[in-house]
Amino acid sequence: MSKTQALMGWIDDRFPLTKMWKEHLSEYYAPKNFNFWYFFGSLALLVLVLQIVTGIFLTMNYKPDAEMAFASVEYIMRDVEWGWLIRYMHSTGASAFFIVVYLHMFRGLMYGSYKKPRELIWIFGMLIYVALMAEAFMGYLLPWGQMSYWGAQVIISLFGTIPFGLGEPIAEWIRGDFVIADATLNRFFAFHVIAVPLILLMLVVAHIIALHEVGSNNPDGVDIKKNKDANGIPKDGIPFHPYYSVKDIVGVIVFLIFFAMVLFFAPDLWGWFLEKDNFIPADPLKTPDHIVPLWYFTPFYAILRAVPPLLNSQFPGVAAMGMAIVFLFLVPWLDRSPVRSIRYRGGIYKFALAVFVVTFLVLGWLGTQPAGGIYLTLSQIFSILYFAFFILMPWYTTIDKTKPVPERVTD
Amino acid sequence: MKKILMVLLILMAPVMAQAAGGLSCGKVDCYKAKTDLQNKASLQRGVKLFVNYCMGCHSTKFMSYERMATDLGLDKELVLKNLMFSDGKIGDYMEIAMPEDDATNWFGTPPPDLSLVARSRGKDWLYTYLKTFYTDDSRPFGVNNLAFADVGMPHALQGLEGMKKAVFKTEKDSHGEDAVVFDKFETLSEGTMSAAKYDQAMLDLVNYLDYTGEPAKLVRYSLGVKVILFLIILLIPAYLMKKEFWKDIH
Repeated sequence: MSKTQALMGWIDDRFPLTKMWKEHLSEYYAPKNFNFWYFFGSLALLVLVLQIVTGIFLTMNYKPDAEMAFASVEYIMRDVEWGWLIRYMHSTGASAFFIVVYLHMFRGLMYGSYKKPRELIWIFGMLIYVALMAEAFMGYLLPWGQMSYWGAQVIISLFGTIPFGLGEPIAEWIRGDFVIADATLNRFFAFHVIAVPLILLMLVVAHIIALHEVGSNNPDGVDIKKNKDANGIPKDGIPFHPYYSVKDIVGVIVFLIFFAMVLFFAPDLWGWFLEKDNFIPADPLKTPDHIVPLWYFTPFYAILRAVPPLLNSQFPGVAAMGMAIVFLFLVPWLDRSPVRSIRYRGGIYKFALAVFVVTFLVLGWLGTQPAGGIYLTLSQIFSILYFAFFILMPWYTTIDKTKPVPERVTD
Repeated sequence: MKKILMVLLILMAPVMAQAAGGLSCGKVDCYKAKTDLQNKASLQRGVKLFVNYCMGCHSTKFMSYERMATDLGLDKELVLKNLMFSDGKIGDYMEIAMPEDDATNWFGTPPPDLSLVARSRGKDWLYTYLKTFYTDDSRPFGVNNLAFADVGMPHALQGLEGMKKAVFKTEKDSHGEDAVVFDKFETLSEGTMSAAKYDQAMLDLVNYLDYTGEPAKLVRYSLGVKVILFLIILLIPAYLMKKEFWKDIH
């Protein structure tokens, strides 16, 4: 027995290292037909690690103080060795996280990855998405620029619309002051650097444990565990390591090439990743003409503005925005189709999903435009389309004609 | 997949058509500022203009003299002697002596720090702003600006550019209503620079402000090329390794 084996034996008697390695990597059998869309899970994990590591280094020079926050970010950008690189990795990483997560969710919708027995994976995933939104929202306050300040002011004032006299006390409780102020910055910093990342990490672990318990879905939506060989290994399954680890490395490098293109050549992506107004220090006395949240929130922002106020209260819009996210959680139970994958579904679902994707993109664009006139009408039309995708899902997935699903995966 | 894409594009069309805009720089469309951060001489002329004509009122408090001198290839002794007026140290930030309260009294609002003005306004806006001062007796300093309506500062570069009069004309706008639009400038008095020389000077100044907005710009493009080349080269063995492992998976 070699020394390495002896050491492994010593550890394994005390901690299930080899067992975990086998369960989650070398003997986790994933379907062999994963396609392009299956890169985004591992990429999301990569971006999470990137955000945590760059975040730690930013924390070393950032000052969560209303008087010093803006200047400390500029100090990082100019006077800290490689500070600009760390900061751009973090700011580009935030947007990259949402791009990757949106594509990952789209994959789930395409191949029915949320359907039985994977409902909890979807729920954990959606909780990750909500935690990620909280993380991004609070992180965006930290540079203490005009958009940080006024964006937060708008979003927190949404809580102020809660009826029965509860709204304003809740908004005040969140801010710790009557307006966004030093107290808000301090607590958002605490949430951004420790509370929410902890929740995110725990949810990611739960997401992966649930996935490895039931096994991965695939582009055919075929249940590979139904066809096992004599050793009990799925015939269409291959060990995650080394097959998907070497494949994901290719995905990671391609992703990093795109990431580097943004990071080095257009870190603000013409105002989409870093807004121009956020290079002006926060000024509580000067409201910008045009307050726009970052792109990953704009679809929901457009829905919020599309709903007309009721009895002088914006609450219906806020409620609609909340429902827009709640409906995503319900997808596993709204979808009544007997098949998982879009490959074996009929034209109705394909059409509905295509319309939904367009709706989401258009709402995202409308959220960046002023609310009024044609933009408002469009926001209302597309908000209705957004909700129709979910509300009508039980109906159109029932009447949709499906094709027979093969016994084994196809490619 | 192709069908989905087609549906996407068709549905997007009416929305894209809505995306028409007005004038990008106040009363005019922005003039394009074709500057080059690699042009050290231009940056050096820019900082000279900035210190002499802007720094009376505007600071760039996030920028240190030392960093600027190093990046622009200027001798630190010369910077101390020619660009710094007080008995400052080379590591000082480029701040100004004007007290904020006085500034508020004189201008209504303190002149903003310009460290990040190129990032919040953009190069083209700055270039347009610097070139579109015109005489306007209704304003406290006797001047107005096409890019920045009712600007609260004098034309600090009048000595170089001279003074212009803006001629406006009435036109039908897209709704068929009368609108007053900018027509052309007429020279009222000559400055020490010709129009072409002034344009070049303003490009130098904008170039310098662009650098000041983000000093990392001097290095990030070239570093980016190296990083991406490295990743592309790394992609080759990674792809071959994947192929090698996967050759018996059918």
